[in-house]
Amino acid sequence: MNEISPSIQPLGETALVLSVGLDLAAQRRLWAAWHALEQRLPQVEWILGMGNLTAHFDPLTTAARVVIRALEGAWTNSVGVELASGQVVTVPVRYGGEHGPDLALVAEHAGMTPREAAELHAAPDYTVYCLGFLPGFAYLGGLDPRLAAPRRADPRLAVPTGAVAIGGAQTGIYPMPSPGGWQLIGHTTAVLFDPYRETPGLLAPGDTVRFCIEDIA
Amino acid sequence: MTLLIRKPGPQSTVQDLGRVRYRFLGVPAGGACDEIALRVGNLLLGNAPDCAALEIALGGLELVFEVATRFALTGAAVGATLDGAPVRGWRVLDAAAGASLRLGYAAHGARIYLNVAGGIDVPPVLGSRSTGLLADLGGFQGRAVQAGDQLPLGPVETLPPHCAVMAPPRGQVLRVLPGPEWGLLPRDTQRALLSSDWTVTPASNRMGARLSGPALALNDSAELDSHAVLPGVVQLPPSGQPILLLADAQTTGGYAKPLMVIAADLWRAAQFRPGEALRFAEVEPAQALAALAAQRQWLEHLERSLRWQQRAST
Repeated sequence: MNEISPSIQPLGETALVLSVGLDLAAQRRLWAAWHALEQRLPQVEWILGMGNLTAHFDPLTTAARVVIRALEGAWTNSVGVELASGQVVTVPVRYGGEHGPDLALVAEHAGMTPREAAELHAAPDYTVYCLGFLPGFAYLGGLDPRLAAPRRADPRLAVPTGAVAIGGAQTGIYPMPSPGGWQLIGHTTAVLFDPYRETPGLLAPGDTVRFCIEDIA
Repeated sequence: MTLLIRKPGPQSTVQDLGRVRYRFLGVPAGGACDEIALRVGNLLLGNAPDCAALEIALGGLELVFEVATRFALTGAAVGATLDGAPVRGWRVLDAAAGASLRLGYAAHGARIYLNVAGGIDVPPVLGSRSTGLLADLGGFQGRAVQAGDQLPLGPVETLPPHCAVMAPPRGQVLRVLPGPEWGLLPRDTQRALLSSDWTVTPASNRMGARLSGPALALNDSAELDSHAVLPGVVQLPPSGQPILLLADAQTTGGYAKPLMVIAADLWRAAQFRPGEALRFAEVEPAQALAALAAQRQWLEHLERSLRWQQRAST
């Protein structure tokens, strides 16, 4: 595990970002800190990221120093906090071809065939680190580092619903059409977000995702 | 009790103050891009602050008031007629049942707000009447309005008197604080960001204004682990052309954030139309807080003086 050296930085005058670095142990502590902070300063909006946690607040009613103290305290107290494990969700994927137009590019970048890249992508259990970017979009940890691929220099204006994609060392599923800078390797019919469901998001932080191969084109 | 849309214009959506605290699910806050225009419109009409209005991008809208309706136009200045007679913005106006409102196109500014007494009464989804276009969420059927749509109006208890306010001055400059990645950028890039005119491009929308200007160089450290982003964040993707995030901004992103527009200037950021140029001016955090406090005081003063006039007239 990497040495964790947390930092707290301002994002304008209405937000502060705690960054602790990206690994699963650190993220588990962030989940614990997040739950504690929701209780301690409920007037602040807490937004989980990958290896970071952002406080969004009204600086005229909550002073930045109060938020900084709460963040420091919650991070320190998160050592050894055990959270209930999440659910296991299976996501069927059609890889490559029209379903994943960038699979060949990602495979070439990794020095393997598209089939090998798809099988490598579907092999591990992924952990939901956080939700964000779009309603129901889950940031997943566990991608084989060989599959890491740079984001596009200019984001696409329209990525289709259900696109399975890789951006940097991360992978995820687009829950709805959206602009996006990630490389598209496959497609799923799973419904990631439905505002009228009792739980609008299919996935929650701490869940496990298994991609299962429907086909590879 | 409806507004009948005859022509929707380029993009008109129902918006209120947005979805509060669904970012943990990845749901953007959304809401009016120019929150000040929405708030002043609701104050003029004696509405609750969270009443929904129609946000009209650029203009071009035509509608019919199916019942007598008290309304106000705020935001970008636009030529408007009510049954053929010119009407002005930032004041309380009366439409008779069956009256037609026609908007031209704004000469300056990007977004016009049509507030009605009682608000636009579409059902809230996840706590807001705002239209979230990316997720087809809320508003009127989750989409921009179309010709033939009938927007329901909320109940009106008392009709406010005919007040008017001055439109707040807009200007070309957005005040900014350095973002978390400011220090990672090459000197030339820092200089160019703060000294150049940035033109808003036609690829802009409610998520963000895409800016065009000198190509900015980044270094390798500019690609980051995904983290929360907010309206007002200036992102710098590897293309070297900044994106200024607005109300429908995604909740998280991975691009460098060299600048953050101060909260008091977010409404200004929303009013640059494609082709208009803006500049960034760096301020100190204390100035950002003072500007926000002054803006709140202005709104509170406006509310008190409108309430006083409303009481005096009844």
